[in-house]
Amino acid sequence: MPPPVTSEPTAPTARAGDTPPTPAPVDLPTATPGRKRLLATGPGLLLTCTVLGALLVVSVVVAIGTGAAVIPPGETARYLWAALTGGTIRADEATTYQIVWQIRTPRVLLAALVGAGLSAVGVAVQAMVRNALADPFVLGVSSGASVGAVTVTVTGGLAALGLYAVSAGAFLGALAASVLVYAASTRRGALSPLRLVLTGVALSFGFQALMSVIVYLAPDSEATSTVLHWTLGGFGAATWGALPLVTAVVAAGLFVLQRHARALDLLALGDETATSLGIDPDRHRKALLVLVSLVTGVLVSVSGAIAFVGLVLPHVVRMVVGATHARVLAVAPLAGAVFMVWVDLVSRTLAAPRELPLGVVTALVGVPVFITLMRRNGYAFGGR
Amino acid sequence: MELRLDGLSVVTDGKSLVRDLSLDVPDGTVVGLVGPNGSGKSTALRCVYRALRPTSGAVRVNGDDLARLTLRRSAQLIAAMTQDGAVDLDFTVEEVVALGRAPHLRGAQRLGRDERDACAAAMDRLGIRHLADRGILTLSGGERQRVLLARALVQDPEILVLDEPTNHLDVRHQVQLLSLLRQSGLTVLVVLHDLNLAAAACDRIGVLSQGRLVAAGTPEDVLTPELVLDVFGVGASVVPHPLTGDPQLLYSLDPAH
Repeated sequence: MPPPVTSEPTAPTARAGDTPPTPAPVDLPTATPGRKRLLATGPGLLLTCTVLGALLVVSVVVAIGTGAAVIPPGETARYLWAALTGGTIRADEATTYQIVWQIRTPRVLLAALVGAGLSAVGVAVQAMVRNALADPFVLGVSSGASVGAVTVTVTGGLAALGLYAVSAGAFLGALAASVLVYAASTRRGALSPLRLVLTGVALSFGFQALMSVIVYLAPDSEATSTVLHWTLGGFGAATWGALPLVTAVVAAGLFVLQRHARALDLLALGDETATSLGIDPDRHRKALLVLVSLVTGVLVSVSGAIAFVGLVLPHVVRMVVGATHARVLAVAPLAGAVFMVWVDLVSRTLAAPRELPLGVVTALVGVPVFITLMRRNGYAFGGR
Repeated sequence: MELRLDGLSVVTDGKSLVRDLSLDVPDGTVVGLVGPNGSGKSTALRCVYRALRPTSGAVRVNGDDLARLTLRRSAQLIAAMTQDGAVDLDFTVEEVVALGRAPHLRGAQRLGRDERDACAAAMDRLGIRHLADRGILTLSGGERQRVLLARALVQDPEILVLDEPTNHLDVRHQVQLLSLLRQSGLTVLVVLHDLNLAAAACDRIGVLSQGRLVAAGTPEDVLTPELVLDVFGVGASVVPHPLTGDPQLLYSLDPAH
């Protein structure tokens, strides 16, 4: 459905069916550009990535400097430089330095990593299940993680892992959910996209019920706050300890997805066409499911289920750079990282000293942006 | 490159869709498959582009069983223009055509200069160059059909299979598309509904009825009033085309004739 008003400057070709009669092929040696996406060209993409990368660096420094104690960006950069190069700081700066390096830096970096990971995984999931409304949590990963985390909190299991017990529980819960969804949605060894989504949604409800039962029967209130943390997400628990693992998983995930960008393109053309163009859709879908489950499981276990990023960022990026996955997967992680850093900053400063749940901020910021973009560009996903 | 369906049978959910179908498509010829709805034409074709695995029998290219080749290798030899044209994402026409090169590329390898030229040439051939930057989801059905054929040509195959390629096309583009098939020099297996177009475009025609091949041969041999009545349940007069001599069918809507 085309919007009533279009603000696009070059839109002579907005609707299907109103094209002029096609001239003979030979009459058209020079093509007249229709809806050329400037950013979809090679140099345009490089420019986009460079700008976003610079924006990310600035955002990270600003976010690290902002909070209950405001530190000017120059000072922040100096502390970070000292920490990275083993430089020295004055003794009276020790407290500020601790805030910057031990508390805020891991938190902001984790936000960037989770934002990047969720955006990229969202792109992959939407192509995998061929559904515009899919996000990384559609396969039941987040509710599975919540069940795992709550179980660990209530039973005190995995105590050997100390500080990381709850995260490990969440990860195991997420993996268990993925395996269940996979087992329940395969038929004759094949994985149908629609069945995958429906099974994921159904099992999510099951997990939520299970979680409610555990919380209801639990003697203490700690389980309740654990549930809240895992369903709304947050970076309050960020430490340096988890960062190397998260970095490695996100980087590996991005690398593999980028290598399979063309396969994702082909999956979006439908299974028959994908087969006729030389890939096995079912095999790719299974491999993607494994990848997506692992990456999402790790992300959820460190930050909870942060809604909306993995659903909307892919769409926003596609509107800007077009549908080809090689481009979308180059831009989406950067855009997601920048977005998440700012969302986290807002969540901890807006109602300070209290923290707003991340899910609230992502929805408040993202929903209007998404709807505006969608109305303006005549964006289409599987029809209009 | 020669394509041969060799005793092909497909059984799905206990229903026999194609039964012991054997058909030769000699190198460089255009062979048409015709038959009523549900006679197994598309099913047979799906076996050729490997969306379906035959229950028994084989599809052979130059004598080799297709099932022994990797999907990637068979996609380098066989291009398909299918009915399953549903696209989820709003790729531009240029991007969709470029995806035809997929079986020839590895990993994140990008399109070379020659390949981009080939894409432009294919779009010119199909008269869709001016649509290059349009979103595929904004096109009309006929325009989309031509984009899909351009993608199949860019695939640079030896064999081309098409499932009702003239669907949605106006009469000029129907004629253009079929003459393009004739001139392509490729080995072509095409499912057509329009018997007159089939008679004009094909070197040989195979007629399917309830999954079986009931006739095969040149259009003159196959398209007789008896066969059309028998297979399609329609009375028709067959007259030679005044210019080409191809058999053409005239139907009467009045059951008395």
